[in-house]
Amino acid sequence: MQFKSQAVAKPYFIAAIGLFVGQILFGLILGLQYVLGDFLFPEIPFNVARMVHTNLLIVWLLFGFMGGAYYMIPEEAETDLFSPKLALLMFWIFLVAGALTIVGYLTVPYATLAAMTGNDLVETMGREFLEQPLPTKLGIVVVALAFLFNITMTVLKGKKTAIATVLLIGLWGLAVFFLFSFYNPVNVVLDKFWWWWTVHLWVEGVWELILGSFLAFVLIKTTGVDREVIEKWLYVIVTLTLISGIIGTGHHYFWIGTPEYWQWWGSVFSALEPIPFFGMTVFAFNMVNRRRREHPNKAAVLWALGTGVMAFLGAGVWGFLHTLAPVNYYTHGSQITAAHGHMAFYGAYAMVNLMMISYAMPILNGRAANSNKSQVVEMWSFWLMTIAMVFITLFLTAAGILQVWLQRVSDTPLPFMVAQEKIVLFYWMREWAGVVFLIGLILYIASFFIGGKEEAAK
Amino acid sequence: MSGAFTKSMARNIFYGGTTFFFLLFLALTFDTHTQLPKRDMRQNITPQIAEGKKLWEVNNCIGCHTLMGEGAYFAPELGNVIVRYGDEGVKAFIQSRPKEGIPGRRSMPQFNFTDEQLDAIVAFLKHVNSINDANWPPNDQG
Repeated sequence: MQFKSQAVAKPYFIAAIGLFVGQILFGLILGLQYVLGDFLFPEIPFNVARMVHTNLLIVWLLFGFMGGAYYMIPEEAETDLFSPKLALLMFWIFLVAGALTIVGYLTVPYATLAAMTGNDLVETMGREFLEQPLPTKLGIVVVALAFLFNITMTVLKGKKTAIATVLLIGLWGLAVFFLFSFYNPVNVVLDKFWWWWTVHLWVEGVWELILGSFLAFVLIKTTGVDREVIEKWLYVIVTLTLISGIIGTGHHYFWIGTPEYWQWWGSVFSALEPIPFFGMTVFAFNMVNRRRREHPNKAAVLWALGTGVMAFLGAGVWGFLHTLAPVNYYTHGSQITAAHGHMAFYGAYAMVNLMMISYAMPILNGRAANSNKSQVVEMWSFWLMTIAMVFITLFLTAAGILQVWLQRVSDTPLPFMVAQEKIVLFYWMREWAGVVFLIGLILYIASFFIGGKEEAAK
Repeated sequence: MSGAFTKSMARNIFYGGTTFFFLLFLALTFDTHTQLPKRDMRQNITPQIAEGKKLWEVNNCIGCHTLMGEGAYFAPELGNVIVRYGDEGVKAFIQSRPKEGIPGRRSMPQFNFTDEQLDAIVAFLKHVNSINDANWPPNDQG
């Protein structure tokens, strides 16, 4: 590695992968609860397992983003990190806070946890994805600010590249929009309206800047294509992201008590949201085709191409599928939403983190790339996880179409639970696809422990 | 992309475009807030409804159910549950959940609510049902 301080990224990456494993295990529990309703009841009810599943996802992605930034920013700014010690301290604070939160979810009834952690002071808990107790939320703010201070100071004392600037805007946006998680008015419409300022403006806004910046960085390193070209692409992609994604928030304002004009604003702008994702796919393939060198880390290049394609499919295509208001009227809050959520998060954010880890970990371990044998296993893990996710998405989509038909469209609409029982076959198939995903993840981890001779640069 | 389109042009479009569309979003947000009082029934919000919303949150109901379509998809939509079951039906359902669940079926936990708490939850759910949400869900089944 070029700068010693980049090494702080390593614990972040390891923690990210560890939490990813936890996320997938709880995903399998949830999948089983869909078919065997009383599985682990009352010890781990569905809502608790789901909270663990989604919160672990958020936390491991944040670990990945922070690790990726700590790795990338010194190389971009061409200077050591402002404070590696602060980065390590924040790592432990974040890890302990995260672990305590998960233990809290699993050991104490949620209402007791809320009472214990000062939810009466500022009521922020019990809203989807923002279930964290107040101390955890405050901890996230502290860690995010210390992290941002650290990397911003690094960029300020070094070179200010476009890739670093876009990353900084994305990360500052992440911190700023998280602050809306502290606003929970008693008026449920306002609550929902501002809740999306965290959730939507994260995943369909500023997080995409982080994604684009990471992708651009790895493409520069692995293809050797001119920085001017790559950064120009990056600017175009993030422009398209934000001009479609910001007002695209409106696709969440169709049916929550907000004015009906959002059905137009939300439909039109969110229909444009696939374009930046398509841009990323074209970008990744274009740069790899125009490569000026053969980077020995072929697995990292595979992840880079994969994240382009899967983000476009998951976020772009599956998002568009149900984003137009007349369609969404029927599909809103169904398994269609779940299908989209799974592939979008995997394709965009899980895969971009795996790409960064795949690229950086060998270098952090003192070699340009892992051995051929190790990379072959890693590529197997890529295909197993990715194909498994495609099938999870297809099965949930099939379940969703049937659910929408049985419960909302047919002349004799069935009650929710009756409709659920009729589509249980698809939930079983989803669960098996989930098992394949776990096997892929185990192979991914195994690939780090396969030694062999380092793949030489050609 | 051709050579005529430079990186600095792309950068300027990024900053300009983002600023413009964010300001437009703020304007729409402002307009929404002027229209909401006609739709969100805020004039009817009582301390009891506020208490119901808090109970909804601290028991993480959204972890299984949807409310106006948002939440988890494991259990039925509750924005219109009052239409399906009525006040007393909702209370009776919540009260009668067996502690150990129902064998083989998706089960709702027994929360041991007091009568006042049940009244608050029902008041909250009735309030949500009264919000003008553009006629969603499509039918009473949610």
